[in-house]
Amino acid sequence: MSVLFLILIAVTLLGLSGLPACLLSARSAIGQRVATGLMLLGSLLGLTGVAAVLARHAEPSLSVAWGLPQSRFAVAVDPIAAGFLLPVFIVPALGSIYGLGYWKQSEHPANGRRLGLFYGLLAGAMALVVIARDGMLFLIAWEVMAIAAYFAATTEDDKPEVRRAGWIYLIATHIGTLCLLAMFAYWRHATGSFLLETGHAFTSGAAGTLFVLALIGFGFKAGLMPLHVWLPGAHANAPSHVSAVMSGVMLKMGIYGILRMTSLMPVPPAWWGGTLLAAGALSGLAGLVLAIGQSDIKRVLAYSSVENVGIITMGVGLALLGRSLGLWELTLLGLGGALLHVWNHGLFKPLLFFGAGAVMHSTGTRDMERLGGLAKRMPALAAIFLVGCVAICALPPLNGFASEWLLYLGFFRSLGSPSPVAATSAVALAMIGALAVACFVRLYFTVFLGLPRSGAGEKAQDPGARMIVPMAVLALGCAAVGLFPSLAVPVLEGAVRAWASVAGTSDAGLVLAQVAPLGWISLMGLALVALCVVVYLALRGSFRRAAKGRPTWDCGYARPAPRMQYTASSLGRSIAALFAPIPAPKGQRISVKGHFPELARFEGPRPDAFLERITLPATTAIDRFLPRFHLLQRGQTHLYLLYVLVITIVLLAVGGLGVPP
Amino acid sequence: MIQTLIHILVLLALPPLLLGVITKTKALFAGRRGAPLFQSYRDIAKLLRKGLVLSETTTWVFRAGPIVTLVAVALAALFVPFGSSPSPFSFAGDMILFAYLFALSRFFTTVAALDTGSAFEGMGSARELTFACLSEPALFFVFLALSRQTGSLSLGTMLGASSGGISASLAAPLVLISLGLFVILLAETCRIPVDDPNTHLELTMIHEAMVLDHSGPLLGIIEYSASMKLLVLESLLLSLVLPFRTGSVWLDWGLFVAETLALAVVIGVIESIMARLRMRRVPYLLTGALLLCGSGFVLLVR
Repeated sequence: MSVLFLILIAVTLLGLSGLPACLLSARSAIGQRVATGLMLLGSLLGLTGVAAVLARHAEPSLSVAWGLPQSRFAVAVDPIAAGFLLPVFIVPALGSIYGLGYWKQSEHPANGRRLGLFYGLLAGAMALVVIARDGMLFLIAWEVMAIAAYFAATTEDDKPEVRRAGWIYLIATHIGTLCLLAMFAYWRHATGSFLLETGHAFTSGAAGTLFVLALIGFGFKAGLMPLHVWLPGAHANAPSHVSAVMSGVMLKMGIYGILRMTSLMPVPPAWWGGTLLAAGALSGLAGLVLAIGQSDIKRVLAYSSVENVGIITMGVGLALLGRSLGLWELTLLGLGGALLHVWNHGLFKPLLFFGAGAVMHSTGTRDMERLGGLAKRMPALAAIFLVGCVAICALPPLNGFASEWLLYLGFFRSLGSPSPVAATSAVALAMIGALAVACFVRLYFTVFLGLPRSGAGEKAQDPGARMIVPMAVLALGCAAVGLFPSLAVPVLEGAVRAWASVAGTSDAGLVLAQVAPLGWISLMGLALVALCVVVYLALRGSFRRAAKGRPTWDCGYARPAPRMQYTASSLGRSIAALFAPIPAPKGQRISVKGHFPELARFEGPRPDAFLERITLPATTAIDRFLPRFHLLQRGQTHLYLLYVLVITIVLLAVGGLGVPP
Repeated sequence: MIQTLIHILVLLALPPLLLGVITKTKALFAGRRGAPLFQSYRDIAKLLRKGLVLSETTTWVFRAGPIVTLVAVALAALFVPFGSSPSPFSFAGDMILFAYLFALSRFFTTVAALDTGSAFEGMGSARELTFACLSEPALFFVFLALSRQTGSLSLGTMLGASSGGISASLAAPLVLISLGLFVILLAETCRIPVDDPNTHLELTMIHEAMVLDHSGPLLGIIEYSASMKLLVLESLLLSLVLPFRTGSVWLDWGLFVAETLALAVVIGVIESIMARLRMRRVPYLLTGALLLCGSGFVLLVR
């Protein structure tokens, strides 16, 4: 019980951390420090609570009436919730420290306090989402999270593109919430209560309806293709530590929702897992292909989040399939890999967003085509950013590999199951892996290597300790999980057991260590690092004697110029051509005709085909239909409030008779 | 233990000879005497002794590239059985680490190449990264098919077990997969018809274009790890198509070396009688490999 109070205090501290600053002057640095302090204190308390839950294998819960009809304030921390609480208590706190350097109150008097307030509220609401065990409470926390994220992401709402991205996000998140509203209403209809408890029996139709509603509602938040259209704009235009929290933590709330709802339902039919596998593979592949078409650093990272959510979804799909088929090892590897990837993505993606923010902070641009050669001016940032790039490509010896390795093992094991087709997911994941390498080689090169493409980076220098330390902590986390993944195993196993226990799947005492020899991964990772050091030491002498200070040989061309380098778009061109329909080509072809060619046009970034060809035409069609409701829409708020009251009374009159008080 | 030592010895000593055999075969086809078989050893030794030039554009990433590549390829080689001798390391899921170590070497080779800021290196890297998007999934189809056939999750047993298991019913998928794997081998080791290691036109190259600005010991390491990669992929293919055993451990080692050299001759013949494909045709070839391996897998699960 006391553990739960610890976590609830942590939620309150996080949620209200930005409040004291609002009482202070707009230029005062104290408020921001207080907010960071509260954030750190809350996170420490929260982490202590989570550690206690995980250590004791207890499941503290609390349920009190709180005055809302049909609803109780029911919270609980089971191992699944504990798993998702870890990033909630780590990333926002680190982001808050980063914010001390990145978004100084004294430099942003106009919006600094507002950002602090909603940043804290976002973190607190996410924690509440994870522990809520009542549909109504869940929805309230969900909506606070969505709205706080909106205000935090639109901090710079004086810029039109920020407002536009904010609107798209707000619309998308509310369509999602609408589905969730329908889902919880249906849940209440099917089970007789809003409490999210196991043990209910469903008809297959009811379970299917709930699953589809959850998939759409939570899929919007997670950014699954093709529901991701809000994501790139919102991530790109938010302040970097907000992008880090949104991408590293908030997207996972969608995954958490899907996991929570499926854990409450009986043995699922096989098409649930199949749907998630297909949706995950689509998100993974298309997300990266679109990422390779972007020239804005943060958009690249945002699309790569779509990819990573896709990978996680594939893992959840495999776990569901394992439950359908009664194959515990698939569930174990699928959900274990998915959950580990949730943490891993919560380590390397915030690291990369912090890095992108640091680049923007000191060069004033996030256009890759104007950057280059920053490794010379920002060596520390370049080294840490490289760790993030290698980790996100799932390359050994860093953490991304450990989680994808578990997923691969799961896919290979499904070969022996009644549905070996699921194993082709391994091929999709392999293609995702190759695309990820291409995407992040391109990103790293265009920003940090080669020659500067413009004067933007002339005065760049490594960011201060407040910005670099949170990144270093995350990089160390990537290395630690990558080299010693077995440390995470007990937590993963607990979560998988908690998730699948209701299904009545017999686990046959199978543990992760039996199906996945993670000790070998540690050994090989350490060997890799050690051998690299040995070869480096052997070569150190010749590096010291090397002839330096000359330009690149470049096949004898004596004056290589920055404009001759490959650019972000030329590096991505051949891959975009390979997957032509996904990035909608736009003004790409340059044809030179005649002896005196006319002016040719070349457009770099490739727009998102889902947005251009599906979402925008669909919204235009809806736009044509909606004016019929103008009769009701008078633009007067009091009238809308009256509608709400009238409808509530009508609903009470019609349906209220059957509802127990 | 002694087998592991021999494995490491063969891995370290044999690779440059394969390059020599390929060069010799090509020379004989062209009616020349050609360089001595052991010329590649001398080349690499010479490069290791020489000084190196570091462009002022480059950073430590440029130096790290060849080092990581060498270590990653050497480590990956320890998961593959050479002939009848078991692989030194074998655990469930090692084929994934195998593929991802190659991906790690690709990451660092391309990043190091791009670090020079030269357009030639850019071309090479862009091609390398693009073609991997097709060859990597094809390789996983091979692994899936082998895993399905043998029920094993480790490269060592997967390839070792196929020795006795060739029955008529498995012939069709095995032929498809082997063909696909051979194309992957040619692509990954930058051979004709995908890439031409001997061309003088930088514009048309992949691997050689990426290493244009590396010199001295770094270039030596690159050449050495490229030949090592050739040996590793050859042994992968050989355990699939020529799973013959003599029964004696020592004869098997002799047989393995002979087989790798014979495969090098085959590669040399292909390089002599074929022209390099135009760059925009290469994806077709690789998609073909993907389809071959995929069809092989489908035949096995049907």
